[in-house]
Amino acid sequence: MTPLTGYLLVAALLFSIGLAGALVRRNAILVLIGIELMLNAANLNLIAFWRYGPHPELLTGMIFAIFSIAVAAAEAAVGLGLVIQIHRHAKTTDIDQMNRMKG
Amino acid sequence: MLDTEAISGSFTPGGPSCDYLFLIAAVPMIAAGVIALLKQPYRKTAATLAIGSLSISLFLSLIAFANVVSGWMQGVATRTVFNFTWFQFGATNVDLGWVLDPLSAIMLVMVSFVGLLIFIYSTGYMKDDENYTRFFCFLSLFAGAMLGVVIANSILLMFMCWELVGLTSYLLIGFWYQKPAAAAAAKKAFLTTRVGDVFFLLGMVWLFSQTGTLLFYNSGAGSMEADALNGLLAQPAAWGLTAAGAIGLLIFAGAAGKSGQFPLHVWLPDAMEGPTPVSALIHAATMVAAGVYLIARVYPLMAAGMPAGGTTVALTVVTWAGAFTAVFAALIAVAQSDIKRILAYSTVSQLGYMMAGLGMGGVAVGMFHLITHAFFKALLFLGAGSVIHGCSGEQDIRKMGGLKSDMPLTFATYAIGMLALCGFPLLFSGFWSKDGILDAALHWSVAKTPFYMLIIGALLTAFYMTRQMVYVFGGHWRGGKPAHENPSVLVAPLWILAFFAVTLSLIGTPAWPCFRAFLDGRAAEFNWDALMESGLLLLMGASTVMVVLGMIFAWRLYGDRSPKPTVPDALEKIAPVAWCLLRDRLYVDELYGVTVIAFYGWWARVADWLDRRVWGGVVGAVAGGFALWARLNRFLDTRVVDGGFDKGCDELAVGGGLLARVQTGRVQTHLRILALAVAAMALMLIWSSRG
Repeated sequence: MTPLTGYLLVAALLFSIGLAGALVRRNAILVLIGIELMLNAANLNLIAFWRYGPHPELLTGMIFAIFSIAVAAAEAAVGLGLVIQIHRHAKTTDIDQMNRMKG
Repeated sequence: MLDTEAISGSFTPGGPSCDYLFLIAAVPMIAAGVIALLKQPYRKTAATLAIGSLSISLFLSLIAFANVVSGWMQGVATRTVFNFTWFQFGATNVDLGWVLDPLSAIMLVMVSFVGLLIFIYSTGYMKDDENYTRFFCFLSLFAGAMLGVVIANSILLMFMCWELVGLTSYLLIGFWYQKPAAAAAAKKAFLTTRVGDVFFLLGMVWLFSQTGTLLFYNSGAGSMEADALNGLLAQPAAWGLTAAGAIGLLIFAGAAGKSGQFPLHVWLPDAMEGPTPVSALIHAATMVAAGVYLIARVYPLMAAGMPAGGTTVALTVVTWAGAFTAVFAALIAVAQSDIKRILAYSTVSQLGYMMAGLGMGGVAVGMFHLITHAFFKALLFLGAGSVIHGCSGEQDIRKMGGLKSDMPLTFATYAIGMLALCGFPLLFSGFWSKDGILDAALHWSVAKTPFYMLIIGALLTAFYMTRQMVYVFGGHWRGGKPAHENPSVLVAPLWILAFFAVTLSLIGTPAWPCFRAFLDGRAAEFNWDALMESGLLLLMGASTVMVVLGMIFAWRLYGDRSPKPTVPDALEKIAPVAWCLLRDRLYVDELYGVTVIAFYGWWARVADWLDRRVWGGVVGAVAGGFALWARLNRFLDTRVVDGGFDKGCDELAVGGGLLARVQTGRVQTHLRILALAVAAMALMLIWSSRG
């Protein structure tokens, strides 16, 4: 069986790709996709720690991950809704143009 | 034990009720209050109110007098009092009350009767004055206050009325306040009598603190009764005086101020600036007699501790002051040329006689002269007023003359008054009252000098009155507009007063001394032989000689010569230096000018300097200190507090600006910082878990 470390490395890689996407992409939708990647990396970690944890027979990690996916879905819906509204309003999805919320 | 019977006779308490007595004083005062509310055109109403109220007072006084007299006729001399507590503080009662005894009864009748005549006279004398209502307001207030002095059984009530009388005197002397001389005379009168009143007040307070009561008579507990007097005699004061003597002297100082005794006489001649009815009522008949009345009222105190046939310190002082004033004022009267001023000095002189009479002969002697003097001096003043009115306001006797034929009625009555004042023998009341005083002086145990002073005074009185008569009524007219006789409203009161100036002698002759017996509370007996006693005959002869001598001197000097005002006086030719001294009133006013008034002027300047320099400096220093402190506060406020606050604000603004720079509004910037922070925390975690 693949050791825990492998999962963690994959998850870390996934997180890094998501983070890089969220930080460097100009398109708001791509930033959202990056955030989804980071969330899934976290989900992968949850599953991995559950399976290698002291009580793999209890479905705690699975339930946790499902909740997290549901929250991510809701978050993606809200995020996409915002992006669509901003696009209607400003005719752009370039995140650098959306800098009016500052002090 | 003190024998008060010997001093003031024996009086039975009780007798007819005297609860209503306060009305005698209250009615004129109420009338004065009502008149004060009237407007100037209501002249008739004002006069009617004043005269009506005083008539009521006279009526009540006569009832009171009749009550006392009927008791006396039945052999019961009564003294009735009505006392009540005005207010209390602590355990001390402040009592007021009034007394009805022969002394107050006779004085009440005199004051209200003479007052009423003068009120009636005033309606004629003041008829052209625009402030007629004000005049009657003041006159009524005066009458009320004076009657209050008379009925007072409480030294406090007496003092209050006494001050009211002083106030109305001030108001009436200054009635024509547009004249600077009148305003100055009013001020002088007020201030001079105030000097005496301060002593009176001190005496009152002392008496109150020693005896614990303000009442004169209170069935054994009053301050003029034996218990209190014995207590006062046992109490020593300074310079070998007992408390009784010292209080007596203080009260006499008050009386001297009011009654114009030397050295406080200076205000009375100046008081003649007031309207003539005022001079007659206030400064001849009643108010100035209040001092004499006060001494008569507190006579038991003045005479407390008198050995048989001797005298007391207080009475000795009263005697000397009176005798000196009598001669002193008579001397000055000789050289005056203002008709009212002569009468004023004559009043001062006669008040001296009264004081001397009280001091040597007791209450009855002094009071008899007071009563007779009130009538004939009021007569003389009203006569003088009639003369002045007839001569269109002229007061200088050198510019009159020959009025005997122009004003025959005034002349006749004035002559009666003048003879009464001179003490012309037998027919006139002044003769008997003055002889009573001379008789007492002759038998005074301490010294004979007062007797000689008083008899010289009698000569001087006859001299200056004859001089005045000759100047005014004799010779020929030397004035401008011819004189005219006055309407009957001015002359009728003269006749009534003249009648009494003669008939009052009936009750005071040694043959039938009912006045004296009445005041002493003894029965009067008719004794013709008393008149024929050789000592008395000799005295009467001596005083007659003096009076006649004075008249002859004056007649010889002034005769029918009608000297013009420009010509020096006959006496001035004989003794110019003495004449100037006397004409200038022996320089008493000037003496006060360079002593008392100069001292006060100096003192005022010192006070002014102190105010400006010392107290002003202190105030300035305090003010400067506070200004400095305020400046420091302002510095602290603007520089330290405000500056600190401003600095803080600036820092906040700068800090806010710095922080605002972080808020770029770029989502990814936030995200980067977040990522860096997370990376940093992860590194820290790894670092810490390593070791």
